[in-house]
Amino acid sequence: MIDFSTPKPIQQLQTVVETVAVNMMRPVSREMDENEHAIPWDFINFMHTAIKSMGGTSMAPDSEKEAKPDAQADAERKKHPPIGYQRLGTLVEILSWGDAGMYLCTPGGMLGSAAVAAAGTPEQKKRFLSRFMGDKPVFDAMAMTEPQAGSDTSAIRATAVHDEQTNEWILNGEKIFVTAGHKALEESDGFIIVWATIDPEAGRAGMRSFVVEAGTPGCKVTKMEHKLGIRASDTVSIVLQDCRVPFENILGSPTVEKSTKGFKGAMATFDATRPIIAAQAVGIARATVELVKEKLTENGIEIRYGLPRQKLTNIEREVIDMEVMLRSAWLLTIKALWMADNKLHNPKEASMSKVYAGDIVVKITQKAIELLGPLGYSRELLLEKWFRDAKITDLYEGTGQINRLVVARHMLGYRGSQLR
Amino acid sequence: MYSFQPSEEQQMLVDAIKRYAMDDLRAAARDADEEGQLPPELIEKGWELGYLQASIPEDYFGFGERSAVTGVLAVEELAYGDLSGTLAMMTPGLFTTPILLAGSEEQKKEFIPPVIEMEWKAYTAALMEHSFDFDPNELKTVADADADGDSYVLTGEKTYVPFADGAEAFIVYAALDGVTQGLIVPGDAEGLEVGERQKLLGLNALPLYSLKLEGVRVPKANRLGGDEGHDMAPIMAAANVALAAMAVGVSKAALDYAIEYAKDREVFGVKVAQKQAIAFLIAEMGTEIEAIRLLAWEAAWMIDEGMDEAPKLAYLALSGAIDTTMMVTDRAVQILGGHGYIREHPVEMWMRNGRGFATFSGLAMV
Repeated sequence: MIDFSTPKPIQQLQTVVETVAVNMMRPVSREMDENEHAIPWDFINFMHTAIKSMGGTSMAPDSEKEAKPDAQADAERKKHPPIGYQRLGTLVEILSWGDAGMYLCTPGGMLGSAAVAAAGTPEQKKRFLSRFMGDKPVFDAMAMTEPQAGSDTSAIRATAVHDEQTNEWILNGEKIFVTAGHKALEESDGFIIVWATIDPEAGRAGMRSFVVEAGTPGCKVTKMEHKLGIRASDTVSIVLQDCRVPFENILGSPTVEKSTKGFKGAMATFDATRPIIAAQAVGIARATVELVKEKLTENGIEIRYGLPRQKLTNIEREVIDMEVMLRSAWLLTIKALWMADNKLHNPKEASMSKVYAGDIVVKITQKAIELLGPLGYSRELLLEKWFRDAKITDLYEGTGQINRLVVARHMLGYRGSQLR
Repeated sequence: MYSFQPSEEQQMLVDAIKRYAMDDLRAAARDADEEGQLPPELIEKGWELGYLQASIPEDYFGFGERSAVTGVLAVEELAYGDLSGTLAMMTPGLFTTPILLAGSEEQKKEFIPPVIEMEWKAYTAALMEHSFDFDPNELKTVADADADGDSYVLTGEKTYVPFADGAEAFIVYAALDGVTQGLIVPGDAEGLEVGERQKLLGLNALPLYSLKLEGVRVPKANRLGGDEGHDMAPIMAAANVALAAMAVGVSKAALDYAIEYAKDREVFGVKVAQKQAIAFLIAEMGTEIEAIRLLAWEAAWMIDEGMDEAPKLAYLALSGAIDTTMMVTDRAVQILGGHGYIREHPVEMWMRNGRGFATFSGLAMV
């Protein structure tokens, strides 16, 4: 039965998180933006306590519980359909409404933990994920991109060589654009997930991910990037120089098979993470549309919904277009997340949500600055910051163009080799 | 709790409609557009699918309940086949839906059964007016209370009235004390004059007429909702969400046709679809259509839930759908290149029909 109501448990959380966004994020948003690399510890400590008190290691769904394939779990799922990803998307939307950069400072398992949860053994999960339940906030990060390998992740050159004498992996290479790498390695007892090849001849089939814990010799943060937006969030370069990690830190099989299963596994995590980025975009877009409408109302301009389009003023049309884009972006997002929760194959929908949300948040923030005139361009308001923050959602977790390729391939029924 | 899965019943209806839309509507669409006429048996066959009858309660001789969600699912599929045929088949709904939404109990009992009991007949409605500043909230056609106190006198000129010629009855919308109200007008009312068949950019198969009202007198009891009158918002919401869903159907038809063509047509040794320039157009078309479809679904769901924001969301859905349909149908023509411009292919017709959604105020309802 088609239904657009927010699940009750999510509604309750919404109110709480809105309070956080209003009271803990917005008041310091400007300050965090102007002092790049300052860390919002008040927000972080609060979120750490809050997430822990709810019994979780992160805001993300408990994959352990939801992945059980037995009949009893099936019956349970039917009675109470899983909503973990929808919940995560809703929270991310609200936190990004508060401040997109600070949201990225939320402690607990993020992308790195998602990789461990998806590909790790029970022992690995215990070893790496229990740290999030401690007294202090802990961060993780994903290290995939390299200077010469962005969207084309198969061009990754970092290597992992098995040292049979010590039974360790020796990692070498350089990683860039590691979100929260500084907090994961230098500000907490966290870890990063490093993508490297165990067989440079094998292409994608040789690609594996490794857990590198904070304090591991040979793993060093070498640079903190200065960015257009999301400045509260650190983005770092990491050099791995003869960095040794225990054999058990490899996620997935240590031998190279003919298949590209490992690589496809990495791509599959995008099916859940892309709509989350879309949710982030929607949060920024909603903040913007609300501000524009507030300013118009203050100036006595009301939007006359219901009028034929040829009778609308330009401002009315712009605002109506914004509302259309904002709402449909959210619907694409929540549908992709609903599919993820219900274990429906969703790479097309996941990429659609990101293509659309990444596009519209850029359009909306750009247009809003124009609509508010001198006010819009000024740093008095947060709008110009949102304009800068917005663009990242069209870039990371696959640029808008990469996601268009994914959507097109699915729509056309083409493999990667047929549509490059 | 969010769900994007139609019920089994809805799915069955959609499947039946899909067959009709493709086997009948689509098959007849090009000739109908060229000849300016739909085969009567085509409309009758669609009527017999019983969509409208199933959206009317038993009290008024129907066999179901109105569901805007079921409605958008149904009309999207119909319009995927052909827009003119869809609007023709759905025309009696322009008469029954406003009565169902805004009519008094007596009006429902009196006026709905004759429409749905029998074969398809021309029950229709007149809302639009032939002026660049047409606004359903500020109509130039007026309904004045007559000196005798028992009737209203209607004066004005309407346009885009489907099947006006020989119609059984109309809902005529007019400004009554400055507020838009619907009045039930019998087809043979005195002072009613059907004008020329209208020639338009698209919808060539749908007979649309202008309609002159010169002192047409109707009993006060024929005002929708009786003495109190009615709110126009739910009626416009029913129209806007229906048009939005039809726009999705037309867009989807154009997209699928373009995909099929692009996967077949060779260029420089590969299929056209293998070129990113084309593939990206297709990805964007598919994404925009999905976005608007969900918006139309949500608006319909809000209508069924009786939510206050429903009319606004239905308006937003149509607003978005207007742009999306134009973008998608234009690109479909573009993807076919010069062939898209030739009337052997349907895309040019969909582009002409698609352009109309900004204009078709109140031409469909669910």
